Amino acid sequence: MSALPVLLPAAERLALAAERQRALGAAPLRLEASHGLMLLGLFVVGCGIAQAQVGVDKPSVLDTLVKWTPVLAKGFVFNLAISFLAMAIGTVAGFFLGAARISSMAPVRGGAWFTINFFRNAPWLVLLFYCMLLLPFQVRVFGTTIPIPDWTKATLGLALPVMANVAEIVRGAIQSIPTTQWEAAHSLAFNRRQTFWMIIIPQCVKRMLPPWMNLYAILTMSTVLVSIVGVNDMMTQTQRVLSAESRPELLLAFYSYALLWFFAYCYPIARWTVRLEARYAVRQ
Amino acid sequence: MQPVWDWFRWLNQSTGINLSILYDAFDRARFARGFVMTLTLAATCIVLSVVIGVAGAWIQGSHHRVPRAVVHWYIQAFRNTPPLVQLYFFYFGLGSLVAGASGPLVSNVAWAVISLSFFAGAFNVEIFRAGIEAVPRTTIEAAESLGFSRWQAYRRIVLPLAFRISLPALNNNLVNLVKTTTLAYAIAVPEMLYVSSQIWSDELNVPVMMNVLLLCYFLLVGLVVWLMTKWEHAMRVPGFGT
Repeated sequence: MSALPVLLPAAERLALAAERQRALGAAPLRLEASHGLMLLGLFVVGCGIAQAQVGVDKPSVLDTLVKWTPVLAKGFVFNLAISFLAMAIGTVAGFFLGAARISSMAPVRGGAWFTINFFRNAPWLVLLFYCMLLLPFQVRVFGTTIPIPDWTKATLGLALPVMANVAEIVRGAIQSIPTTQWEAAHSLAFNRRQTFWMIIIPQCVKRMLPPWMNLYAILTMSTVLVSIVGVNDMMTQTQRVLSAESRPELLLAFYSYALLWFFAYCYPIARWTVRLEARYAVRQ
Repeated sequence: MQPVWDWFRWLNQSTGINLSILYDAFDRARFARGFVMTLTLAATCIVLSVVIGVAGAWIQGSHHRVPRAVVHWYIQAFRNTPPLVQLYFFYFGLGSLVAGASGPLVSNVAWAVISLSFFAGAFNVEIFRAGIEAVPRTTIEAAESLGFSRWQAYRRIVLPLAFRISLPALNNNLVNLVKTTTLAYAIAVPEMLYVSSQIWSDELNVPVMMNVLLLCYFLLVGLVVWLMTKWEHAMRVPGFGT
């Protein structure tokens, strides 16, 4: 396409960014230290408001927070476990789906295209409901009954959209490698499989890493969705603690406390992603 | 239409595929209402979020520091927290504050619209801002040298170009917004997901309803994606972006 060079630079950068974001499915988080400080400020204000309303016979806000921290931490462990597992399952499945998207066989290609778009178009919450309600709560293998806990079903529900997004990331990375590389490998007597595994994929890893980490941060933030379908994650635990205490003035303090945990976890990941993006952007 | 409904009733009796949303008038009506609610929610939020985006981008270009800082912090707060937390914040936090003596002043549907519009609006501000900034100074200078006033250049040169530059990112965001409307389930807004959950609790046809729901969303979001992509292609300026 003929180009208007004067107008190009910024517009092209934005179009590429939109393209990358399309593979991700949502906007990447851009956490900065100042966000943590704001959250901390909100937490302090929330504690202050609650402390001002503490009655004579009630424990202080900090004591209440300390008392419930183990309960909340247990919920946070679920968030982390769900995010790890969903990412692992989604990555493995998504990798092969993304590779199938460039297969030389048309039916495989078409099937992969449909699967990816199906799971990308379906809202996360609907997929979560789908897995929560349709998977059995136990399976019988050789006479022994193996229970399937709620959170593993939720993990699978989140792994499905992650799979579709990973597939898009993989496809984007593979297609960003110049086709001349395939031709060069072919002329050196590499077959298609060898070219894919030995030449294309090693170059893709670096390109896939930043969007993959962005996706992980998005997923971690999305794990709070499992509270809607009744998994005991941090959000659910916070709600339970608040209803157990039945002191509405604690609302701000507890929610900002929960968000601080998420921030503390996601912030290093987000910073590291930005660093990697900057480092790899130059070399491409 | 009666023969069609009767056929689905027969399907239920003979195979157990219980599509009560087709043969049962009550379920049909409430599923249709849920579908319309999802569409209304999506359309209202799209319009409001674009308005917020344009207004925010305009404020960000102003010379006053305070409004700029307000918009900046609004964006930072809404783009880095989960939309579910924002929804709870509006509904349970602000909702309990503005409750009157005779009950809540703002309905849960209105809170969902407000919350989702602010969520998507935060991204739209950034998207439009980036689009406006992508129009080179030289283009504006060229317009001015041709006798355009500042406002004319803004309206006739900058905005049309900025809008076209913004469209791919806007497209992403609005598609995401349509998917996010399902979160309104959490505050009992009777949209498609909520209504479906009512139907499967009444009819005990979870697998069938789940598949219907998934298919409906797939088609709805697919349609939005297709329309937006069409629009993007129609609006594309050759050489502008990729």
